[in-house]
Amino acid sequence: MPVQYSGILAEVSAVRKNVGIFDVSHMGRLYISGTKSTEFLDWVLTGSAESLAVGRARYCFICNESGGVIDDTIFYRLEQDRFLLIPNAGNRVTVLDWFQRWIAEKFPTGCQIVDRTMDTVLIAVQGPRAAGLLDALCLLDSGSPLSSLKMFSWGEGVFKGNLRFFAGRTGYTGEDGFELVVESGDSETIWKSLVDAGAVPSGLGARDVLRLEAGLPLHGHEIDENTTPIEAGLQHFIRSDKEFVGSVALGHQREHGVKNTLVGLTLPGRSAPRAEYPILNQGKQVGRITSGSYSPTLDTSIAMGYVLERHAISGSTLEIDIRGRISPGKVVPLPFYSRTK
Amino acid sequence: MRQEVESKLNPNDRKYTKEHEWIKLDDEASGRATVGITDFAQDQLGDIVFVELPKLGANVTLMGKMGEIESVKSVSDLFSPVNGEVVEINEALLDHPEIANKDPFGEGWLIKVTVSDASEIESLMTSEEYESFTSGQS
Repeated sequence: MPVQYSGILAEVSAVRKNVGIFDVSHMGRLYISGTKSTEFLDWVLTGSAESLAVGRARYCFICNESGGVIDDTIFYRLEQDRFLLIPNAGNRVTVLDWFQRWIAEKFPTGCQIVDRTMDTVLIAVQGPRAAGLLDALCLLDSGSPLSSLKMFSWGEGVFKGNLRFFAGRTGYTGEDGFELVVESGDSETIWKSLVDAGAVPSGLGARDVLRLEAGLPLHGHEIDENTTPIEAGLQHFIRSDKEFVGSVALGHQREHGVKNTLVGLTLPGRSAPRAEYPILNQGKQVGRITSGSYSPTLDTSIAMGYVLERHAISGSTLEIDIRGRISPGKVVPLPFYSRTK
Repeated sequence: MRQEVESKLNPNDRKYTKEHEWIKLDDEASGRATVGITDFAQDQLGDIVFVELPKLGANVTLMGKMGEIESVKSVSDLFSPVNGEVVEINEALLDHPEIANKDPFGEGWLIKVTVSDASEIESLMTSEEYESFTSGQS
């Protein structure tokens, strides 16, 4: 996926107001099946696989023993004993190795992983017009339109009468939208049809701005192997009633609190802080920026960053060191932007 | 699936730097010259959202940092192509930095300087030299 096609600002605007498409095939497609697959996923994921209904999807984390985030993921329950799990591109091999290690150790029989990343394509169709555009091109096998899917549900069907697709009503932009898994051989036809129907090809640059506006974490920035979902304010995606890798460490953090916590910051003007810029309070460093950008939707600069817990006070003002220039950063609740439903 | 954007021709009435800036001598007698970024630079930056320019009357130094230009995805330092004094800045650009995307060789200029030594401009790249310099970079 290129950083941009027509320009980041135009692409962000298309997704917020109309519909944009992203070729996100670099992300993984792991199919996990077998009689032990549910038990296995409940061991390696912070979210519950057992309670997920067939037809539904869930966002959660893959943590290490210290509660650090190996990856964040969306997984779909395809059948009682079959799941599709989407890891981030850069983490696919790490996640696969991690999974294989636990399968060998705890579930040597009854759990298989098939990696179909290389022979399928993942296309994200995002924006208020996504459902309408796809309804005109797709039909679910149930005979219903794609728009009948609820958020975090999936369905299978045919695109333009003959091309098979899998679609989840999920995304990474803060807009309504779908993510389509299609066979590689069909992907060019499908991409072209979507563009012809009015979808705007959008790149990594727009995707990063959109997810930041929506307050969504990016692995390697807001979350990584040394940061826990609790520090990132994402405890909502951790089940507290099951045992899994990292559950002891996370339980401890939940009980005793965290040293640093993720906050949203808005800054006047368009000059944006970038990852690793210092966050100060009265001249003393109290944190660091993890992501920042000019937000075209809000027409101001926005950032996320970690600060010492006692400085995470909504409405207070901290200082951001932008290459030697000190700019006020107001602590605000996340997300910066949420769509009107 | 990437759209190829055809770059604008680099005008041959000015000189170019390795930092992707141009300088055009407007008046030989006073040494007054205009400085801007190239079309290649604006294309590489993408949507420009913020420009910081030196103050009026400031002295800029050859290859010294004279400001910053920020796009949605990145930030770059601006370097002065010559030694000189800033006699005018493009005020319009401060409110509408996107002009530097639309018209980098014209309305999107950055500053005007009086050049201490006009031969500094002569030693920079011609448009042909700059084209071959950038041809391997995109």
